[in-house]
Amino acid sequence: MSVPSATPYEAKTRLGRITNFVDSRVSGSAMVKEFGRKVFPDHWSFMFGEVALYCFVILLMTGTFLTFFFDPSMAETHYQGSYVPLRGVEMSVAYESSLNISFDVRGGLFMRQVHHWSALLFVAAVSVHMLRVFFTGAFRKPRELNWVVGGVLLILSLAAGFTGYSLPDDLLSGNGLRIIDGVIKSVPVVGTYISFFLFGGEFPGTAIIGRLYMLHILLVPALILLMIAIHLFMVVIHKHTQFRGPGRTNNNVVGYPVGPVYAAKAGGFFFIVFGVIAIIAGFFTINPIWNYGPYDPSPVSAGTQPDWYIGWVDGALRLMPGYLGGFPLEWVIPFPWGDNTLSLNVLLPALGPAGLVFTLLFTWPWIEAWLTKDKRVHNLLDRPRNAPYRTAVGVAGVVFYCVMWAAASSDLIATHFHVSLNDVTYWLRVLFFVGPILAFIIARRIALALQRKDREIVLHGVESGRIVRLPHGEYIEVHEPLDEYKRYRLVDFESYKALPAQPDANGKVSGKEKRRAKLSRFFFEDRVAPVTPSELENAHHHESPAEVEAKADDSASIEQR
Amino acid sequence: MGDHSHGSPNTSGTVATAGQGDEEKFQNPGLPPHRPRLADTNPRAEKRAERQVALLFVISIIGTIVFFIGYFSIHLDDASIAELRLQNILLGLGTAFAMLGIGVGIVHWAKTLMPDHEITEERHEIRPEEDRVIAEKMVGDIIEETGIKRRPLIRNTLLGAMVLAPLPAIAVFRDLGPLPGDTLRHTMWKKGTRLVRDPSGTPIKASDVTLGSAFHVIPNGLNDLPEHKLEEKAKAVVLLMRLNPEDLNPSPGRENWAVDGIVAYSKICTHVGCPVALYEQQTHHLLCPCHQSTFDVTQECKVIFGPAGHPLPQLPIEVDSEGYLVAQSDFLEPVGPSYWERG
Repeated sequence: MSVPSATPYEAKTRLGRITNFVDSRVSGSAMVKEFGRKVFPDHWSFMFGEVALYCFVILLMTGTFLTFFFDPSMAETHYQGSYVPLRGVEMSVAYESSLNISFDVRGGLFMRQVHHWSALLFVAAVSVHMLRVFFTGAFRKPRELNWVVGGVLLILSLAAGFTGYSLPDDLLSGNGLRIIDGVIKSVPVVGTYISFFLFGGEFPGTAIIGRLYMLHILLVPALILLMIAIHLFMVVIHKHTQFRGPGRTNNNVVGYPVGPVYAAKAGGFFFIVFGVIAIIAGFFTINPIWNYGPYDPSPVSAGTQPDWYIGWVDGALRLMPGYLGGFPLEWVIPFPWGDNTLSLNVLLPALGPAGLVFTLLFTWPWIEAWLTKDKRVHNLLDRPRNAPYRTAVGVAGVVFYCVMWAAASSDLIATHFHVSLNDVTYWLRVLFFVGPILAFIIARRIALALQRKDREIVLHGVESGRIVRLPHGEYIEVHEPLDEYKRYRLVDFESYKALPAQPDANGKVSGKEKRRAKLSRFFFEDRVAPVTPSELENAHHHESPAEVEAKADDSASIEQR
Repeated sequence: MGDHSHGSPNTSGTVATAGQGDEEKFQNPGLPPHRPRLADTNPRAEKRAERQVALLFVISIIGTIVFFIGYFSIHLDDASIAELRLQNILLGLGTAFAMLGIGVGIVHWAKTLMPDHEITEERHEIRPEEDRVIAEKMVGDIIEETGIKRRPLIRNTLLGAMVLAPLPAIAVFRDLGPLPGDTLRHTMWKKGTRLVRDPSGTPIKASDVTLGSAFHVIPNGLNDLPEHKLEEKAKAVVLLMRLNPEDLNPSPGRENWAVDGIVAYSKICTHVGCPVALYEQQTHHLLCPCHQSTFDVTQECKVIFGPAGHPLPQLPIEVDSEGYLVAQSDFLEPVGPSYWERG
């Protein structure tokens, strides 16, 4: 029940009348008031999420253009277009229309190139963004759910990439689909049925491209849009995290206001991302389908590789041995009604590593909170070195991923470096298990070492490069203490201690709690504490009197450099 | 100082974890003093920055013009591949300059000329306590008003209906495809089907297959199939190789599946179905380029490396009255990747 105010507002200018019209109907003022000067912290690593968002916008624009010319039909046709080498060749209409987009629609090739490069960059940006969020601890309370939404977005971006990759119905993507078909058939009990339902009969059938097309242009992008909306909505609720630093606390946000600086930078950045993709698309050919030819189940080229983001699963498929010590991992199980086959050699690598990675990814915020018993709100980010346990876990995960990723190129590694393909595979099999463990140990040691170096800098200052001769002939280098702002960056962090098992309400220590304590000791036993003011005070007192003297008496010094 | 001064109020009161609790900390010195940029203090630098931004926007305009030149000056009807590539580069360069000019210009503008004072904004509690109390009471009242707790009959029948209602939505997908039946067990090959070259379809005489050579083979008649050509081809493709007969080690029952050292094996990898296209003449190994499964032809295509879980099926062949290679029968086991019902 709103009563018109006594003196209704009258806009003076034309623009004023338009904004007044909008405002009095949808309350634009409230939005401007809320967002106009909203503060966003600034850091280069916060841009990866933006890159992902902008790639998605570019994908929507170029993808819409491509749908006007693409025909997802698998009907047979004979090519009569302007690419001479393929004239008269029998192919599907989908492949023909992809060729036409490339050769007979002006700018069509460029659109395809921009679309494909953006897709590759989209998945990369989402991945790197998630790594940033992981390594800085931005997933902690209250942002756990947004981390999960981000994980869903990663899976959706993979789905979008894969469904799109298959659409041109060329030889390379057709082989990719065939591999998917083989993997699906390895699923126990229902695999064969899923394969027949997906392909509308036997592989390859005449239905799959049309079905993938619908998923690619409607369902998956709609879900991605929905998830992006939820993702950004939560960012507004939570406000952005910020790195620790002078003036920054867990209860404030320091940065630039949306209007004008942040909007200008973020908006300008969209054009930069678009520009960079346009350069890449102009100069570097991606997916030259005319070289591959139409899909045919018989030929295949050596060095076949999927788009980069599917590589790790493909690599896992390559690493898995079919036989283990002479026993086939394709296990024929004798049931009373007859034999059934469980293809562990396909099922395990296809689902195992991906399942492990995504399970850990989705549950990590809760695992970490359980381990540290830290249920507080965290709006401040950690530098990766200041959370050695988490950084080590993250690096182990990255190495695990990269071993599989390298395995997807095992044949190319072998041919480029002139080594035996079998040896490459054997080594990668070992690294699959050993690599993450080594990575964990090394990354943790490096993080701890960097923390010690930070302590050293805080306590004893930075090397000034000035060599000073003392009255008794000794040469020393003068160390300059940090100013309080730089120092605060190095001392403001939290370092968890190993937390022994705590009794519960009944005074009992449960087995789960004991395991937690064990894991906590493993993670937090080695730690570097931040420098305290009294430590710094002591360090100053203990500095050798001679050095202090030298600092006071610069006239006795010999400057070098 | 055990208050985690930067943490938000902790309602549960169990904060014994951070390890920092009883240690003193440095005081937050507050934001560092603002340092003015060159353009803030020097009017000439300000003017220069202004001109730089404008220049970047002009570059964008030029970029758009380059795009149109590339678009209209090259006609695709009579364009060679080189011209097409040139057009693609011009479109790329034009778009890149058009976009980068705007983007870099705006960012430069923001960084040099817009205010660069950092602003501090307080965070607010995501969930104020009084809201929680009100919401909890509201939800309680709503549930109470529905009476769902007091009327289990309604609740249980509703649950039953809700469980069943989505089932049709799953069931309607039944017609996505036919049931597998035993289609995966059979291919086009049958007794007397000639082995012909892929893709030309010309038949092969035993004498054509010289020692060390390999042929990509399809069943005769595949190319003339009115439909399901690719589906049949995806199962029926075969590799034909000739080895020294003494190199072959046929197991009992398979002795007469070869013709003078000529053997035919399914080309579909038993791992996940890629064509096993690489034949190493010297070692008689077949290598799948997708996942590197390696099969030894001298040991009936046993898996000697890689992820495949069973040997490539062999096609029994013989020679017909005209001297052409023909199949003795279909494959005796399913070709391609294994599946649950394969047995």
